[in-house]
Amino acid sequence: MLFALVLIPLAFAGVAFAVPSQRWRPWLLPLGGGAHLGLYLAALRQSNLSALDGWLVLDPLGRLVLGLISVLFLLSSLYAPAWLALRPGRSNRVFCANLLIILSMITLITVAHHLGLMWVAIEATTLAMAPLIYFNRSGRSLEATWKYLLIGSVGIALSLMGSFFLAYSAVGSRLESSLLFEDLIRDAPQLSRPWLHAAFVLLLVGYGTKMGLAPMHTWKPDAYGEAPGLIGTLLAGGLTSGAFLAILRFFQICSAAGEAAFARPMMVALGLISMAVAGVFMARQRDFKRLLAYSSVEHMGILVVGVGIGGTAIFGALLHLLNNGLTKGALFLSAANIHRAYGSKLAAEVTGALQKVPISAALFLMAFFAITGSPPFGPFISEFTIVRAAIFNGQYAVAGLFLLMLVVVFVGMGATVLPLVQGEATPSRPDALLTRETFFNVAPPLAFMSLVLLLGLYIPPFVSSLLKDAVATIELR
Amino acid sequence: MHSVVDPLLVVILLLNFFLLGTTRLRAAIAGSAAQGVILGLLAALVHVSVGPRPLLIAAGAAFIKGLVIPVLLIRAMRDAGIRREIDPLVGFIPSLLLGAIALAVSLIFAQTLPVVPSQAGSLLLPASFATVLTGFIVLTTRRKAITQVVGYLTLENGIFIMGLSILEAMPFLVEIGVLLDLFVGIFVMGIIINHINREFSSLDTSRLSALKE
Repeated sequence: MLFALVLIPLAFAGVAFAVPSQRWRPWLLPLGGGAHLGLYLAALRQSNLSALDGWLVLDPLGRLVLGLISVLFLLSSLYAPAWLALRPGRSNRVFCANLLIILSMITLITVAHHLGLMWVAIEATTLAMAPLIYFNRSGRSLEATWKYLLIGSVGIALSLMGSFFLAYSAVGSRLESSLLFEDLIRDAPQLSRPWLHAAFVLLLVGYGTKMGLAPMHTWKPDAYGEAPGLIGTLLAGGLTSGAFLAILRFFQICSAAGEAAFARPMMVALGLISMAVAGVFMARQRDFKRLLAYSSVEHMGILVVGVGIGGTAIFGALLHLLNNGLTKGALFLSAANIHRAYGSKLAAEVTGALQKVPISAALFLMAFFAITGSPPFGPFISEFTIVRAAIFNGQYAVAGLFLLMLVVVFVGMGATVLPLVQGEATPSRPDALLTRETFFNVAPPLAFMSLVLLLGLYIPPFVSSLLKDAVATIELR
Repeated sequence: MHSVVDPLLVVILLLNFFLLGTTRLRAAIAGSAAQGVILGLLAALVHVSVGPRPLLIAAGAAFIKGLVIPVLLIRAMRDAGIRREIDPLVGFIPSLLLGAIALAVSLIFAQTLPVVPSQAGSLLLPASFATVLTGFIVLTTRRKAITQVVGYLTLENGIFIMGLSILEAMPFLVEIGVLLDLFVGIFVMGIIINHINREFSSLDTSRLSALKE
């Protein structure tokens, strides 16, 4: 079962590479995504899935993240064929194959219980992403790809070093050294403290780079700004979630060792810094795709702050993981429609989108309200849960700063988004590709938005039980 | 075992200084290739058990780090028609000083961490940290894309040395995976370097400055 989850997208990638038809190849993406979601739902019915002597385990935390990834991929992949049809002159072979490879590797991240294997999978997603960021073949996208590769590789290298430190913390205590997650959790109380502390710092910085936490976020605006919107969705909702999962795993080991008090303040500080940096750079941002990148920096910050606060905030953070991923889907895909309709992503050249692409612009506006934490959408509930937990724990300063940042971000983001959708429509540039909205342009972002609204009004029982189980895993209950 | 391992680690540390001080790209690539070969030797020596597995990893590391990647980089250098790193952000003499400071910091840091008795007094950990820091310095202070890749390679070499001290924890599959990822990573960087060269007619990454706030 677990093998199938990892290998079937890989098989689809192989087929996508082999299929000669430029026109039919993109349809393999929703096909692969559908197969993956089907397998995932089948896997949900079975408990205690494990393979390869405990190397691959689908634990509750993995179930939660994998579910998000699967839905995110399927909905985004439905957007791909119509979007790729706008670029008939460009080969989409590598594009389609790499997307499926990424799906396979993120799946591997969620089920890997060997920390070395997890590292290999995360590095593989980083590398497979590089050609996709460079899809537009311009000088600017080249620059974005180079920065992404270099900063990402260094971050990933640091996290490998952190994994080694963790393994050494067992050697230092004369234990059998191992990078199997279960072994580390079991031996956690005996791990050598200096090594464990150093390991956690390296891992937080390393995987934090991949997540895009400030101040290691500098690749993010460039990559999100230059990559196609579809790729932005997978980066902001998928890859970052995978990196967050990795940080959670190491946080679990720290907690098991009784060192949560060491990890928590660092996570809160890093998260608040990310939110502040995002707030500063969002104000007067002229490029609306870069704006979304900073929004992603902000929400990654919210996630680690939530875990750092602890208690019910962990529930809030995991719920926010779902909300953020789905809202980012709506944001990036509707922004991509607007970008293609105007041929520009500069706020100065794009106004009155409601007149030109009414559905996409309305979705973009709604997604903006959702991501900034307005009711009745999902992110409101999760952010509210985190703030309430902070106040309940007596962390008033954290709660106050958190709320302040949310207001700053709302104002900063609104200043760019509102003029963009309202007013008289500016004429499109001649290289604008999208002349009118079709079903496949608007249905995927609409589906994302509906899910975000649903999570705000009513959390289905199976989702809430997934969340509760995942929280129990993190808290080692 | 120590009698052979430590001198080899000293050679690696000397190569770090060589990398920091050289202006010629070919020399820098050769320096990192030499490090790769020594790492292969070390991997074969440090393994306690004798068998096909350590030899395979040692041979794989030496082959990829010592031959495949340098050949890739030399080819990229030739295509771009550049030979020297000119005008780095931090000059060569200050870089050497930074390298010396990095080595001192590594020695002190390694002292503060508890080590297993069999590795007490060994240079394994300080050499690893110093090499990682050297990689960092090269990566952040040089302008040419190829030199930055050499810096990244050096950083990876340092992490590989660290990996030698926890061999039991790293199963064969993962070690091969790490090497494969490194190879693919450099390969992808090589392709991007090629594109940078065509797009900007230069490998100077200071040209990559269109994207900023």
